[in-house]
Amino acid sequence: MRGRIRSSSRAKEPRTFAFPWKSGPFRAAFLVLHRTMAFRPCAPEGLKSVEMKRARRGAKAPLYRHRMINSFLLLFVVLLGSAFQASAQVTFERLVNSAKEPQNWMTYSGDYSGKRFSALDQINLTTVRTMVPKWVYQTAATGKLETSPLVVDGILYATAQDNRAFALDARTGRPIWMYQRALPGDIRPCCGRVNRGLAILGDKVFMGTLDAHVIALDAKTGAVVWDVVAADYRTGHSFTVAPLAVKNLVVIGVSGGEYGVRGFIDAYDADTGGRKWRFYTVPGPGEPGHETWEGDSWKTGGAPAWNTGTYDPGTNQIFWPTGNPAPSNRGEGRAGDNLYSNSLLALNADTGKMNWYFQFTKHDEHDWDATQVPVMIDTGKIDTGGKHLIAQADRNGFFYVIDRTTGKLISATAYGKITWSDKKDADGRPVANNQASPTLEGRTVCPGALGTTNFMAPTYDPQTGLFYVTARDQCDIFSTAPQPYEAGHAFYGSAYFPSEEAEPYLGFLKAIDPATGEVKVKFRHTSPTWSGVLSTAGGLVFSGDAEGNFIAFEAATLKPLWHFQMGGAVYAPPMAFAADGKEYVAIGAGSAVYAFGLP
Amino acid sequence: MFRRSRMGIVALIATATMLVGRAAYTADDRNPLAGDPKAAKAGEYEFRINCALCHGLGAHGGGRGPDLTRAQKKHAHSDAEMFQIISNGIAGTAMPANGTNGQGVGMTDEEIWQIVTYIRSLEVKAPARALANGARGEDLFYGDANCSLCHMVEGKGGRLGPDLTGVGGSRTREAIIDSVRNPSRRLAWGLSEATKEFPQEYESVTAVTAEGKEIKGVALNEDSFSVQIMDANERIHLLDKEKLRSFHKSRESAMPKYDPDVLSDKDLEDIVAYLISVGAK
Repeated sequence: MRGRIRSSSRAKEPRTFAFPWKSGPFRAAFLVLHRTMAFRPCAPEGLKSVEMKRARRGAKAPLYRHRMINSFLLLFVVLLGSAFQASAQVTFERLVNSAKEPQNWMTYSGDYSGKRFSALDQINLTTVRTMVPKWVYQTAATGKLETSPLVVDGILYATAQDNRAFALDARTGRPIWMYQRALPGDIRPCCGRVNRGLAILGDKVFMGTLDAHVIALDAKTGAVVWDVVAADYRTGHSFTVAPLAVKNLVVIGVSGGEYGVRGFIDAYDADTGGRKWRFYTVPGPGEPGHETWEGDSWKTGGAPAWNTGTYDPGTNQIFWPTGNPAPSNRGEGRAGDNLYSNSLLALNADTGKMNWYFQFTKHDEHDWDATQVPVMIDTGKIDTGGKHLIAQADRNGFFYVIDRTTGKLISATAYGKITWSDKKDADGRPVANNQASPTLEGRTVCPGALGTTNFMAPTYDPQTGLFYVTARDQCDIFSTAPQPYEAGHAFYGSAYFPSEEAEPYLGFLKAIDPATGEVKVKFRHTSPTWSGVLSTAGGLVFSGDAEGNFIAFEAATLKPLWHFQMGGAVYAPPMAFAADGKEYVAIGAGSAVYAFGLP
Repeated sequence: MFRRSRMGIVALIATATMLVGRAAYTADDRNPLAGDPKAAKAGEYEFRINCALCHGLGAHGGGRGPDLTRAQKKHAHSDAEMFQIISNGIAGTAMPANGTNGQGVGMTDEEIWQIVTYIRSLEVKAPARALANGARGEDLFYGDANCSLCHMVEGKGGRLGPDLTGVGGSRTREAIIDSVRNPSRRLAWGLSEATKEFPQEYESVTAVTAEGKEIKGVALNEDSFSVQIMDANERIHLLDKEKLRSFHKSRESAMPKYDPDVLSDKDLEDIVAYLISVGAK
């Protein structure tokens, strides 16, 4: 089904004012007030924020007063939320203060820090056993559904393959509008015609397209508001990433590391689509870092930026990770570190100027894009020693903790099977050994090209203080296959094959202690999965598997408490929201988006 | 002037289709790079990147694709036919059309011809093991060697092991011999789910039910919570893992290891000759 399909403006219908105490934010506020005023222990139902819980636990002031203050605060916030519902404007302030609206999920990772943690706890260790599917939305798309939905004020916004976008009634799954871009026949996606989601700001949602446009859609109708060309898709540029809205900017990173593009991160004016800045992830002549490329290799150097970064409002810095240098598996011809491939970049949000970078894998020859969500850690059980941290479970098999003020490495610890490195440099960064480079005959290296993890979103749970990530143990045989660069054609320079020696390939959900890098608990999947992970204040961690199960785990032990068979493998991350005062957990699987809740 | 008969439009479309079709089909009947060693080298690299995942490094056959070093091929005889198969795939098989694997626009015509040139440079002309006796191999397969107790060929035989009708066309003689002599070294692939990355393998399973009943067999499929098993009597058992007293999975194949004292080299060669004769059909 091509073209745009719009329905009538059902989104405008007021629906929370009929019985305010029985539905919507009023009910939530009512429950909170009722519960805390009455000195009752927490009932499993009703919304409450994790801030409240923490205040309760460590309360020095009389418990009663704390509860009162928090109750009124929350009531204020929830009522404020209901006011927003009428205007449906998502301001930058709301995005910065997203913790005050646990019912909404307004960015790719749920907040600017990248935690993918929900403060909702109706669905918790006790109630999760009764969880049921509430609705299913069939996208009719084939291939890998990688979207992470957004929810704002009762409306769910998500994408599917071939640049489908849709808005659903988050309570029922009924579509409000649907959009599908008419794509040229000769687009050049690397790895499926995928899309990982939208950004929302004001009254618009934003999507990067497979033909390298950035588009803004009217959040109420799905109508195209603006459409700008970021790059030429014929030379292998495309967008698969969910953009990030910061201030009045739409920040987005390009894909195309398999085609020898020169990577970049762009920022567009959310109102007009005018480009405000571009940061080339491969420095040009005269720029620092240019000397890390041999000859003209920088022109086809790759370093794409195809997964969503995070933002620190305190320092106005965007943290965005980059992908592999091109050609992906052959270092000959591009001698040097190949900056800023496989790096974490700290960019000034207003100017796009780089404050610092940290390169995870220098001169990569294994396709180990560092495009994993960098997660800011300040809160929770771990002692950061006053430092502001950023953590990344990297595709190369190491878990990195970095001081995000300076970009200095604090620790790097293997969290999966690795053979490519057995020592670290003076800064503590793992360096490649002499058994890592691909050879003509083929050489087995762990992890394989798909990495210990990949694009699947991780979560940091401030309640357990653990970082949860989907991981795999798989080794590949890397064999060089020199290729000339040809614009718009695949540019790998090598081939890789799963190594039979390492069969079977193992898939895990691992919980890492960021303070030590140690894997504290793990769950072994039947086979490796591409699902992301969500943690919630209900003491739960959610993830999906390649066999099509959606699974709720006890966060502390990773013991599965509940599962549901969705009938298709999971390539998407879960998220949580509340509508009409009820908590839902949603995830894409097969061709559909599923929402689960309590009966 | 805008009125044109419907027949006229149909004829126009038909002509255009024929022209386009013809252009695509016979752009180069003869390989323009035939016998060019430089093209063969370039083709080797292209082959690694695009073909070797299924056909193996060196084109000797892999998990899914046949050995292409054999001069006798099932689908392609001329260079032009090989070009067509690489371009368009083979319907009803795992062989995809160029550019349809989700990795962009695929290879150029020149790159495809380089691969054809490379494959031709590898071909072994002599027919393999002319002395082996396929008819005797068939008798052994269904008789003394007991293969058909678990394996099916052309609709005849057992269901516990993989169907071997196509194996002679997709695997090398060496690979078939190895899987008889060392069945656990590489387990066969079973069910491949549409959206799942890895197929189910023929793993051996022993489960003990809550009542203490032991079930031994081969896993037809499995996830973290349930398992579907076929036992030696071809009964299917559908089990929930949490209800089992014990569950043990092994990568030791359910197939017995056929050592030369059980099955002589001569007998095995005859069985392989039979499987290759079926697979080449």
